[in-house]
Amino acid sequence: MDFGLSEEQRMLQETMRSFVLNECPTSRLREIFDEGSGHDPAIWRALVEMGIAGLVVPEDQGGAGLELLDLALVAEVFGEAAMPGPFLAHSLATLGVQFAASDEVAERILPGLASGEQTATIAFQEGERGWAPRDWTVRLKGDRISGVKHVVTHAAIADRLLVGLAGGRLAWVDARAEGIDIVEENGIDRTRPFATIRFVDVPAELLSRDEHAAERLVDAASVLLSADAFGAASKLIELDVAYAQTREQFGQPIGQFQAIKHTIARLGTEIEPARALWWQAAYALDHLPLEASRTASMAKAHIVDRAMTTARESVELHGGYGFTWECEVQIWFKRIMFDRAFLGTPEEHRERCAELADW
Amino acid sequence: MDLKYAPAHESFRKSVREFLAGWPLQGAEAALPISEQEGLFRKRGILAGFVYRSVPKRYGGSEQSDDAIEDRIIREEFYRAGAPGDLPSQGAGMLVPTLLEFGSEEQKRRYIGPALTDDECWCQGYSEPGSGSDLASLQCQARLDGDEWVLNGQKIWTSGAQRADMMFGLFRTEPDAKKHAGISYLLVPMDRPGIEVRPLREMTGGFEFNEVFFTDVRIPAENIVGQRGQGWAVSRATLVHERNLIGNPFMMREAFDDLVELARARLIKGRPAIEDSNIRQRLVEIEGYVRTSEASNLLQFTAANRGEPLTAIRPMMMNKVCSTDTMQRIMKCAFDLLGSDGLLAPLDEELDTWRRTTSSTGWVLQFMFSMGPAIAGGATNIQLNIIGERGYGLPRDLRPTP
Repeated sequence: MDFGLSEEQRMLQETMRSFVLNECPTSRLREIFDEGSGHDPAIWRALVEMGIAGLVVPEDQGGAGLELLDLALVAEVFGEAAMPGPFLAHSLATLGVQFAASDEVAERILPGLASGEQTATIAFQEGERGWAPRDWTVRLKGDRISGVKHVVTHAAIADRLLVGLAGGRLAWVDARAEGIDIVEENGIDRTRPFATIRFVDVPAELLSRDEHAAERLVDAASVLLSADAFGAASKLIELDVAYAQTREQFGQPIGQFQAIKHTIARLGTEIEPARALWWQAAYALDHLPLEASRTASMAKAHIVDRAMTTARESVELHGGYGFTWECEVQIWFKRIMFDRAFLGTPEEHRERCAELADW
Repeated sequence: MDLKYAPAHESFRKSVREFLAGWPLQGAEAALPISEQEGLFRKRGILAGFVYRSVPKRYGGSEQSDDAIEDRIIREEFYRAGAPGDLPSQGAGMLVPTLLEFGSEEQKRRYIGPALTDDECWCQGYSEPGSGSDLASLQCQARLDGDEWVLNGQKIWTSGAQRADMMFGLFRTEPDAKKHAGISYLLVPMDRPGIEVRPLREMTGGFEFNEVFFTDVRIPAENIVGQRGQGWAVSRATLVHERNLIGNPFMMREAFDDLVELARARLIKGRPAIEDSNIRQRLVEIEGYVRTSEASNLLQFTAANRGEPLTAIRPMMMNKVCSTDTMQRIMKCAFDLLGSDGLLAPLDEELDTWRRTTSSTGWVLQFMFSMGPAIAGGATNIQLNIIGERGYGLPRDLRPTP
């Protein structure tokens, strides 16, 4: 009975934190954010070389064979760093293939994803509410699909798409195929840009091993988004503390005023203990299948809610400066907006929890 | 990370469960008053090695080897069975660990045994009318006169003083020393002349806490724990053990499970309240906090068990605020579920017992009681100062120079 990280897991986080410090410090993040592509090919290449693209892919298919918790630990660090790039998209698409594809198909697809030869993303959302597998309407006719998908993150750089179909089924699609029209949107979170994709008679390969794959993938997404939002909120609290220690008014650091001190202490108290909640959700996905869905939705609802509050309070704590484009807070504010609205709002996940408890 | 228990711990759990099959008591024993039944079962628990494990046998404990996972299993199983384990009293919970660390051999032999069995009931004399959050400013005085301390002054919010045989309390013995350095930890028999206990009526309508007045009360000089002027450190002993900071989330879980039952039983527009979308949202939001506390408890427990408690020090500092807030959320939701039934005052028998009930007036009582933890044992505002200053390194409040 041990609910803590292994030495390897600590090392993984340490390695990623120093990678961020060297390759994507705030100055570089700022450039990528302002420029708007949400991607730096050099950073992604370096991450791929470190094995991040295939972290959870089985070893015999070119990956590191780790678990969802390990992936979530990376997501936490990337949340702290507001790391641009297709980590979330690629990780989810890769997991989707692992969950849904037959061994034969997986053996064909996964090595290319693990090596980073191909970058992939997920195309799930339909309309502004249709994120859940039961909402999907795109159908396979013969071996082709037609329809529209929204909020496809990092679509512009994706080679492959994991597309959600009616009945919660999943299909594998070449993103460069004829009949695909990608329209990039002006997304709020410039670290994770997205597009709307129209499919007209596009060839698609059905991945049909496990009909529960899509639900499981949504659970995995909830875990990764929770970890990301947790990392982002932790970073904001760090920024708040630093600002409260240095900014002076009435001849003293504002952090000495209880109004400020208590606000920060409250934000911390809402967020910090929730680390254990996403750890548990990640662990459940690999080890406690009966609890996995409910724990994942609980974590997503709880953490993105707390994180959004942290973000809003953080703007306020920074005063007028907090409302500027220049102030770093806005980057994480928007990162958390994304984590909150993508793949289900807190209310929707809470309702899912209530249903799963048979309430 | 592995949430499974090792085979040795699984078989330990089995032995605890076998023991707990003996609760509730059967036959003639079941006819005894409940407090006697609890005492009887607790004694069996000591003999079986499941109760008072960190207290040496010579003082009345069961002196088991230190195994945090076994402790955890015992707590889980006793909780599940609703069986009496370690007494949750001021004596067993606060005085005993303090004496084990700072008491003389004679004090340990004299006081620990009866405190463990509740044969001697203790109250805590800390707060004073002018010393709440700023406890170290306390003024209650003890002056050494020959081989006796002479006590004068007043304590307040003293829970259970009307039933207590003894008080452990903080008194100013060195009036010329700086405030923390002038305090001693004394053991006061409550039957001494000059002690007057006046009950205070609480907002619930009950009488649990009291004012205690001391007028030239004489107690033996040897009734001091630790040295003169060390009382502050002695009184903190129970607070600095990490394991005590970890607390346990069972109370929250129990209250939450009761809340879900309440939501099933109560109707909104003719349907069970649990089908109402607002109530469902509230329940899951509250459960998010409960599960966070449970998981965080496991994380802190693991950190302590691995011998690296400092890696989880910040969540440990946050436990009290978290559990206080969560219990309040539960009680607010319960109150709303009661509708106008929530306007009925608690019954006298509910006020007299400390046992939780889930009748509607029982919930009303809990709704009020859930204010207690926000005040007692370090008010939430003080906890937030500690989290801000020690947890996040924010500058300390300006304090007037003494």
